[in-house]
Amino acid sequence: MSLSATTAPPSSAPPPPNAEQRRRRGHLLNRLDLKYSPYLYIAPFFLIFGIFGLYPMVRTAWMSLHDWDMIGDNTFIGFDNYTRLISDGYFWNALVNTFGIFALSTIPQLLLALFLANLLNRTLLRAKTFFRMAIFIPNVVSVAAVAIVFGMLYQRDFGLFNWLLSFFGVEAIDWNGEKWSSWTALATMVNWRWTGYNTLILLAGMQAIPKDLYEAAAIDGAGQWRQFWQITLPMLKPTFIFVVILSTIGGMQLFTEPLLFANGNIIGGDQRQFQTLAMYMYEMGIVNLNTAGYGAAVAWAIFMIIVLVSLINFVLVRRTAK
Amino acid sequence: MAALLSIYPFYYMIVIGTRSLDAINDVPPPFTPAGSFGDNFGRVLDNDAANFVTGLINSIIVSAVVTVSVVLTGSLAGFAFAKLRFRGRNILLLSIIVTMMIPTQMGIIPLWGMMQSFGWYDSLLAVTVPFLVSAFGVFMMRQYASQAISDELIEAGRVDGASTFRIYWNIVLPALRPAAAVLGLLTFMETWNSFLWPYAILSPENPTLQVSLSFLSYAYYTDYSQVFAATAVGTLPLVLVFIVFGRQIIGGIMEGAVKS
Repeated sequence: MSLSATTAPPSSAPPPPNAEQRRRRGHLLNRLDLKYSPYLYIAPFFLIFGIFGLYPMVRTAWMSLHDWDMIGDNTFIGFDNYTRLISDGYFWNALVNTFGIFALSTIPQLLLALFLANLLNRTLLRAKTFFRMAIFIPNVVSVAAVAIVFGMLYQRDFGLFNWLLSFFGVEAIDWNGEKWSSWTALATMVNWRWTGYNTLILLAGMQAIPKDLYEAAAIDGAGQWRQFWQITLPMLKPTFIFVVILSTIGGMQLFTEPLLFANGNIIGGDQRQFQTLAMYMYEMGIVNLNTAGYGAAVAWAIFMIIVLVSLINFVLVRRTAK
Repeated sequence: MAALLSIYPFYYMIVIGTRSLDAINDVPPPFTPAGSFGDNFGRVLDNDAANFVTGLINSIIVSAVVTVSVVLTGSLAGFAFAKLRFRGRNILLLSIIVTMMIPTQMGIIPLWGMMQSFGWYDSLLAVTVPFLVSAFGVFMMRQYASQAISDELIEAGRVDGASTFRIYWNIVLPALRPAAAVLGLLTFMETWNSFLWPYAILSPENPTLQVSLSFLSYAYYTDYSQVFAATAVGTLPLVLVFIVFGRQIIGGIMEGAVKS
C-alpha cells in the first residue's frame, strides 16, 4: 500500500522536479485504496466462512437427497431419506427425548432467570458485580467438565444427589437408567450452565427500560409486583424473544452432556433413553459413514425443527406479553 | 443462594480433585479440599489413554491462534463496515447478521468429509482454520467502531496522507482495544471449551484438552480423583481469567444483548 505517501514532511521549499509526477501516482493509489481496500478487509471473513461454514450447510442439503456413502458411491434418491425419517422409530425417539430435555431445562431456567434478573435489577442490592460474576461462572466452565462433574453427582451408588435423597427415604435412583431420570439429570446440567447467562441478558434488557416509567407507575400507586407485570414484562419482550430463540437453538443441538452422561456411547443409554437429535445425526452421519446422506437429512430436519420451534415461541411470546 | 448453587459443583470438583482415591466412597461425601492434588495429577500425567499434556498444548495453540485471528479479521471487517463506503456494504453486512442465526453444527457431516479429502483428519488445521473468522466478531466490532471512532479522526488521518490500512493500524485498532479485549476473551473461552468438532475430527492420540478429559472419564470412571484433578486443571485457567476480567466480559455480553 502507499506507505511512502505518508512520510512526506511538510516543507515550504519548492518541490523537486519529479514531485508532480510522484504526487499523481500517489493520487491514483489513493483512489484505488479508497475504492477497493474495503473489500480486502472484509474478504477474510467471507472467504473462510464461505468455505467452512456456508458451503458445508448447502452441501448437507445436497447430500440429504442422496444415498451417500462417505467412502463409496452416491446415488440420487430425491426425498427418500426424508420419507424414511418419518417411519424411523429411533428418529422419533430422539425427537421426543430432545423435546423432553428441552422443556425440563428451558422453562424452569427462564423463569428462574427472570426472577434473578428482577432481583439484581433492584438498586438496593449490594455487591452487584460480585453477584453478576458468581452467577455467570458456570458458563465459563466447559460443557465437558460440567457433564463429567454432574455425571459424578448423579452416580447411583456414591453420588451426592442419591445421598441427599436418602435422607427423605428415597431409594437410590439409577439416573442413567430411565427416561424421566436421565432427562432430569441432563436438564440440571443445562440449567446450571445457562441460567446465569440468561439472567445477565434479561438484566441488560431490564436496565434499558427507562426509569421514569417506574416512577410514574409508583406515583399512580402501583406496587413492585404490578410494576413487574405491567412495565417490566411488556418492555422486556424483545430481549425475552432473543433469549427464547437462543435457548431453542442450543436445546435442539444438545450433544456433549448426553454423550458424556452415557460414557461416550452415541446411542444415549442402552435403550436410547436419552439419545438426542444431535447424537442421532452424529451416529448416522459420522459414526456410520455409509449412511452419511441419511445423517444429512437428520441435520436438515433439526434445522427445520429449530426454525419451526423458534417461530412458534416467537408468536407465543408476542401474544402473551401483549 | 443462587450464587452459592452456581459455584458449588465447581467447588466440589476441586474437593474431589484434591482428595485421595478412596474419598469417593465416603458416605457422607467430603466437603473440604485436602492435599492429594499432586498425587492425583501425577496419575493424570501417567495415564497414557488420555494424552493430557498433548491435549493441553493443543488447546493452548488452537485457542491462541483462533483468538488472534478472530480479533484481527473481526476488527478489520468491522472497521470497513462501520467507517468505509463501498458498494454492497449494507447487503453484505445483512448477510453476516443472517449467518449468525444459522447453527453451524448443521454442516458438520460434509465438513468432516472435506477435512478427510484435505488430509486434515487428526490435524490441528481442522480445528483451527474453520474458526479463524466469526460473524459475531465482525458484528460486535462494527457496533463498537461505529460509536467509538469519530469520522473526523479518520478524516484527519486521510488529510495527513495515511493509507486506509495505516489508518486502521495506527488509529482504529488502538481505539477498538476495549472491544477487542472482550471479543478476544469470549473467543478464547469458546475455543478452549469447544467439544463436538474436536471430538469428531481428532484421534484420541492427538486430542484437545476437553476431548482428553472425556477419554479420561470414560476409561477411568472409578478414579474420580484423577478425573477431577484433570478437570480442575482444564477449567481453572479460564476461571482465573474470568475473575480478573469478569467485569469487562459481563459488560460486553450485556451490551451486545441490548443492541441485538
